[in-house]
Amino acid sequence: MNNIIILPVIIPFIIGAILILLYKRHSMQRVISGITMFVLLALSVFLAIYVYQHGTIVLEVGDWKAPFGIVIVADLFSTLMLLLSTLVGTVCLFFAFQTVSQDREKQFFYPLYLFLMIGVNGSFLTGDLFNLFVFFEVMLISSYGLIVHGGTGYQLRESFKYVIINIFASALFIVGIAWVYSITGTMNMAHMAQRVSELDQTGALNIVAIIFFIVFACKGALFPLYFWLPRSYYGPPAAIAALFGGLLTKVGIYAIIRTFTLIFNHDVSFTHKGLIVTIAGFTMLLGVLGAVSQFDFKRILSYHIISQVGYMVMGLGIFTPLAVAGAIYYIAHHMIVKTALFLFAGATQKITGTTDLKKMGGLLGTHPWLAWLFFITAISLAGIPPLSGFFSKFPIILAGFEEQQYVISAVALLVGLLTLFSMMKIFSYAFWGKQKHTEEQAKIPVGKLLLPILPLVALTIILGFAAEPIFTYSMEVAEEIMNPTNYIESVLKE
Amino acid sequence: MELLMSIVIGIIFSVSIYLFMSKNLLRVAVATLLLSHGVHLLLVTMSGLQRGASPILSFDAEAYTDPLPHALVLTAIVISFAVTALLLVMSYRTYKVHKTDDLEDLRGSADE
Amino acid sequence: MMKKPNNMMLQTLARLIILVVLSFSIYLMLAGHNSPGGGFIGGLMTASAILILYLSFGLNPIKKVIRFDYIKIIGIGLLLPGITGLVSIFFGFSYLKQFFGYFHIPLIGEVELTTALPFDLGVYFVVLASALTIILTIAEDDK
Repeated sequence: MNNIIILPVIIPFIIGAILILLYKRHSMQRVISGITMFVLLALSVFLAIYVYQHGTIVLEVGDWKAPFGIVIVADLFSTLMLLLSTLVGTVCLFFAFQTVSQDREKQFFYPLYLFLMIGVNGSFLTGDLFNLFVFFEVMLISSYGLIVHGGTGYQLRESFKYVIINIFASALFIVGIAWVYSITGTMNMAHMAQRVSELDQTGALNIVAIIFFIVFACKGALFPLYFWLPRSYYGPPAAIAALFGGLLTKVGIYAIIRTFTLIFNHDVSFTHKGLIVTIAGFTMLLGVLGAVSQFDFKRILSYHIISQVGYMVMGLGIFTPLAVAGAIYYIAHHMIVKTALFLFAGATQKITGTTDLKKMGGLLGTHPWLAWLFFITAISLAGIPPLSGFFSKFPIILAGFEEQQYVISAVALLVGLLTLFSMMKIFSYAFWGKQKHTEEQAKIPVGKLLLPILPLVALTIILGFAAEPIFTYSMEVAEEIMNPTNYIESVLKE
Repeated sequence: MELLMSIVIGIIFSVSIYLFMSKNLLRVAVATLLLSHGVHLLLVTMSGLQRGASPILSFDAEAYTDPLPHALVLTAIVISFAVTALLLVMSYRTYKVHKTDDLEDLRGSADE
Repeated sequence: MMKKPNNMMLQTLARLIILVVLSFSIYLMLAGHNSPGGGFIGGLMTASAILILYLSFGLNPIKKVIRFDYIKIIGIGLLLPGITGLVSIFFGFSYLKQFFGYFHIPLIGEVELTTALPFDLGVYFVVLASALTIILTIAEDDK
């Protein structure tokens, strides 16, 4: 039975291998990958419910006992992230069917897509630090493949920077692993947590903690390591940009939350309330200021990723159950809404042929559905009640005031205001005003393109109106990860 | 021995950082290669350079080595092999498309 | 001015070297279970042997001889480890649990067969085929 939690990694692996064998038959690839994503989605829903009812599941791969072998752990937090990632993956894949050109499909688009899912799902499920590195690399190598996919000049130029910064971060990851291994003598995260609490987290361990923070901050685009994000996410087609915007940075955030609640949670006043909160404040502010200064649909959205990653990390930094629950709620909200917004950007680009806001206008008249659906998601992102954005920001800011972190809470409120401003800028430039696209362009139907996005828009409304049960769920997740003894005991079986 | 290795690793790191700063596409690619060698050496060194028999297979040796760092470093080497291959192909394509290997020319302008 | 470079030395030696390299690479691949070796270096070594072929005899003549589609070999190589891991699930063990046993094979004698072997074989295929694909892609692009 425990083997079921390895399936989210194994299914895309085997199907990806089969897709490589079928690399000349594109329609077959589409059908198979579509079915696979649905299977994965169903599986992750089942896992989320099963783990919620029966508690953490642990699989010792190859029957090597816990601190020695690799463990795969599915607790509430990882199954929630798994559910969100497969949801985003499914939606983006169905969007990709309609937008990705034949040329690009030929270049192993679908196998790379599934390999990316292996890396993401594996990172959420693993309970071993080195294994986390391996899955990170699987994810990153496939993302390198997808981000240069098509190989236009712009993509190649910007992706080179993306690849270099990520290779550097990965090298730092190994440095961190080497140090933590020399200090604790283990790679198993639960075992490591136990050893760190015995050793008392000072000096060298704090340095290791900061190294890991730098590594994950690089992948999660935190201040001051976010500069690669806006330009590199601008290049690839909308479906891939949406997938990256929704998924990749969140894997970094997941790793930060996992390591800083499980392993490095003994020097909270320095690491969490000092370092992480400060970084979160700068990330939010500079990200949103970048967004305000831009006049490009995709770039504004990319800068918003940065500012919102700041909210999640701020929730972790305040480090009360309420704040962490808010951060988890925020991750769920953000993955759904950000993917939807990037896909809307793709749909608009298909109509107008540009992402420059100054060359758009009057889409409200010709494509009202697109306009209003975008409007709902945009105000959800900005945090207008009763949509999900409000209920995810509220607990974080509330917890900030409760913990007397007034500066960061004020920054968070200001950032919310500026977010609203820049989303309204998109709406007023692109959808209101004089029609700037031609009559032929006005007749381009986008109904089919909007279909995959609809579930996401519905979800942001549901997450808003059904905030009570969902927030209770995130509270449970938060309390579980804030109290790691449960995790440690179920892995080490003591 | 560990001290010597640490110095070697330090030198490799500094050379690689120096290469990272250069403006040549290929030099940056080589820098990532050197950096990965540096961290792999670090991974082996940090767990202590032990001498002894391989564990599990035999039970009568006086000392055993810790097998884990070797497994880890092997995995890391394979990964860096893949990444380096990808990076080289990518820099080659970049050079072909942009007809330059000067990173200064590959900066891109602020608005495009 | 030389119209056609004389490759006689290289071509004669290549025949000899390839024999040695190929057999050693297969030995390495099989030895990987308990001693130094394994699919990765075995695959790299076979790839370098085949590269010597391409280098000494030219791309097109060798392409007529070796008609494998390397991309499909990557696919097969990826499938093998995945399926090897799944076998243990069907017998009710954890994923990737290893089994081994001693069998008597005619002509060879007593050998140890493990489930790590098909796994390594998969790695061997993937490394071999992907290394060749990378190098051949760049080589063909240069024309």
